[in-house]
Amino acid sequence: MKAKFASVPYLVWIVIFTIIPMLLIIVFAFTSPEGSFTIANISAVGRYTDVIMKSIWLAAVATAVCLLLSYPFAYILSRRPARQQQVSLMLIMLPMWMSFLLRTFAWMTLLEKTGLINRMLGVFGVGPLEMINTSGAVVLGMVYNYMPFMILPLHSVMMKIDNSIIEAAQDLGASPMRVFFRVVLPLSFPGVSSGITMVFVPAVSTFIISRMLGGGSNLMIGDLIDMQFLGNAYNPHLGSAISLVLMVIILLCMSIMNQFDDDVDMEGAIL
Amino acid sequence: MNDVLIDIKNLVVEFDGERILNGLDLQIRDKEFVTFLGPSGCGKTTTLRSIGGFIEPQEGDIFFDGKRINDLPPYKRAVNTVFQRYALFPHLNVYENVAFGLKVKKLPEREVKNRVGEMLEMVGLRGYERRGVSQLSGGQQQRVAIARALVNYPRVLLLDEPLGALDLKLRKEMQTELKRYQQQMEITFIYVTHDQEEALTMSDRVVVMKDGEIQQIGSPQDIYNEPINAFVADFIGESNIIDGIMLHDYLVEFAGAKFDCVDKDFGEMTRVDVVVRPEDIKVVPSGEGKLTGVVESVLFKGVHYEIMVDAHGYRWKIHSTLPQEVGSFIGMTVRPEDIQIMHRMEEE
Amino acid sequence: MNRHKGLSRAYTAVVLAFLYLPILVLIVFSFNKNKSRGAWTGFTLDWYRKLFTNDMILTAFMNTLIVAVVSSIFATVIGTAAAIGINSMNRWMKKSLRTLTYIPIMSPEIIMGVSLMLLFVFLRTELGLPLEMGLCTLILSHITFNIPYVIFNVLPKLRQMDKYAYDAALDLGCNPWQAFYKVVIPEIMPGITAGFLMAVTYSLDDFVISYFTAGPTSQTLPLAIWGQLRRRVSPEMNALSAIVFVVVLALLVAGNFSAIRRENRDRKAVGR
Repeated sequence: MKAKFASVPYLVWIVIFTIIPMLLIIVFAFTSPEGSFTIANISAVGRYTDVIMKSIWLAAVATAVCLLLSYPFAYILSRRPARQQQVSLMLIMLPMWMSFLLRTFAWMTLLEKTGLINRMLGVFGVGPLEMINTSGAVVLGMVYNYMPFMILPLHSVMMKIDNSIIEAAQDLGASPMRVFFRVVLPLSFPGVSSGITMVFVPAVSTFIISRMLGGGSNLMIGDLIDMQFLGNAYNPHLGSAISLVLMVIILLCMSIMNQFDDDVDMEGAIL
Repeated sequence: MNDVLIDIKNLVVEFDGERILNGLDLQIRDKEFVTFLGPSGCGKTTTLRSIGGFIEPQEGDIFFDGKRINDLPPYKRAVNTVFQRYALFPHLNVYENVAFGLKVKKLPEREVKNRVGEMLEMVGLRGYERRGVSQLSGGQQQRVAIARALVNYPRVLLLDEPLGALDLKLRKEMQTELKRYQQQMEITFIYVTHDQEEALTMSDRVVVMKDGEIQQIGSPQDIYNEPINAFVADFIGESNIIDGIMLHDYLVEFAGAKFDCVDKDFGEMTRVDVVVRPEDIKVVPSGEGKLTGVVESVLFKGVHYEIMVDAHGYRWKIHSTLPQEVGSFIGMTVRPEDIQIMHRMEEE
Repeated sequence: MNRHKGLSRAYTAVVLAFLYLPILVLIVFSFNKNKSRGAWTGFTLDWYRKLFTNDMILTAFMNTLIVAVVSSIFATVIGTAAAIGINSMNRWMKKSLRTLTYIPIMSPEIIMGVSLMLLFVFLRTELGLPLEMGLCTLILSHITFNIPYVIFNVLPKLRQMDKYAYDAALDLGCNPWQAFYKVVIPEIMPGITAGFLMAVTYSLDDFVISYFTAGPTSQTLPLAIWGQLRRRVSPEMNALSAIVFVVVLALLVAGNFSAIRRENRDRKAVGR
């Protein structure tokens, strides 16, 4: 059939706007501003090891918190009637229609020294607490913004766990704990692994959340990259090198997750 | 009645290097009901789709009314198809589905209306015009698919396992219906199925296929009564198939006894397949008859009992209207004309 | 068992409250008289009135709409064609193209933004293409990240389609082109629409990629918000996002209701 030629424009597009740009990053990372080959940029990234480690740490904490909060939520949801599930899923997605920046901004309003939460606490004579411009605030921002990306893939695999499987396990004498650890958990693993990737990737590479909620003391990899491309430090070659390191970190994370299941159905998770 | 409408010569079809049809030769006459019968993977659907124009054969020719149509695309062929699982258009209602072909051909609105009405009348779906096709039952969808194809007045209707998705009762009903449509429209029906009963009840001629080759072509009676080899015998109806030796003309030895038979020209001392239909074995008191055995099991099948008998290592299946005691000894006889002798199949 | 139910209800409620708390704050403060975000000083509709006279915001809003609609249309056409192509490929090609399509979805936005920025600079300085950073580069970038959403919405519809529907159209006298727009397109239309809408959504809300590919002259709404964050976000922004939120909510509720009605009607029709 000649139908497969219909994808030629897309292939051309991918080459120009995805593959070549990625190659450009690699080329920039290994050249000096004068255009000769160098590994100076890559070795310069070493100076930022603490920022990189901190980014990974904050993103990992946020991912773990997301998982802990989302797992029970998704499970409860998946045992409800179909109609209720649909409505709840819509409720989960609805906040994403509000500008990401404004939602994060709203957290600024809440967490500030003179913000809403501190005012409320003030009524009870507590505080004011130091909440904004802490690592905790950054993690909170990540959890808040990316939690839907954890809930959706979890729910989409749990939905497929038939109640009769759980009943069969109970019928065979498994305790609720055993049912959970031996049946529900293993069956939901593809959702867990794709949820982790879908939260960790944007979290580790963000610069908005750290900028807005983290103040100056919580620099992340994203901030470094931003500074090299559009900031005062302007140096696209170093920026590309840092981007390359970020890509490597993410590829490592994804390949670790892929170890756990060979065919992550991301299609279902995204849609 | 005897003029050839479709002439297939040395048809070869391959997918990914695998041969699906291996030099098929077949002539289909005008206004006959032909059935391609065989197990899945035998090439019956491939043959049908080649006639429909959906598959380009690697070798060979297909002539339609004397003209070679190999390179004619499906939309220029005077045939229409009822697809497996119907392939109705879910975005259109019943009327629009049936009218689809006529509208593509830009027929005047009035004629479209008349012809669609006439077809819906024939298949008994008057009054369902505005229904969405997904709201119909399987049987109704089936009728829409048939109406959608027949409304174009094709010379040939191709049917690809059209009753496969229906339950047994509906299937029987539709078999009669289909035969009626074919006689009413006076056109050729080419029907693909793996269900031997369907093939035998509806067809004028049956083409039995296996591994991309035709095994036997003939009327349902021929195919049932005179199967050409053990495969056909086994596939059509139930059979006891046993090794035998043709001692000389009219005498065959099998299951440790010698039998008179009506076959000849196999040579002397030739290894052959012997086929006996379960209903052709008569149960007689033990000691009478050439064969004796122990009754292993008796199953009630509605019209008859299916009795399995072990006779010195040979297992016989018998259909009888009378039950037998399990474990009892019985004798068995077969009339010479009920013994079918066949050449050994090369494979297996 | 009942206690269990109560517990899970409560938990669900807490999670949802967490998700909606900031949104509530935003909407409430869009009615606040005081410009500062901490204190509530009285109800006003001023910010809504001012919103429609603020040129900067309105221009940014128009830019956002233009970029979203134009890029989504292109993405829908290219993506639908791509999906049809992918669907007809053999297993191996299908798999590798799907993997390729996941790249823009799974790679961090900042990497995409930066790499596209490098590309546009490269095209301008090395190849001499007249490609100034602006609406044009924005649209090209948005098409790039929108195509995968269209593809992944259309592919399942193609897979669900009766594999003989296209053949049936040919059989009934359509040439391949007619078969395509009379049968294939209508059948995958829900997927195309969903893909288009998803593309519009992502495009409207995109900040990171636009941030790196917009250049100084053409602002989209998220970029304008970002620009204000350094000083104070004007409550007009709150007002605008409250409007967007309510419109989306209304659309979703309406869509949901008509879905329920359609379902009920279908059930009745089948029951009859």
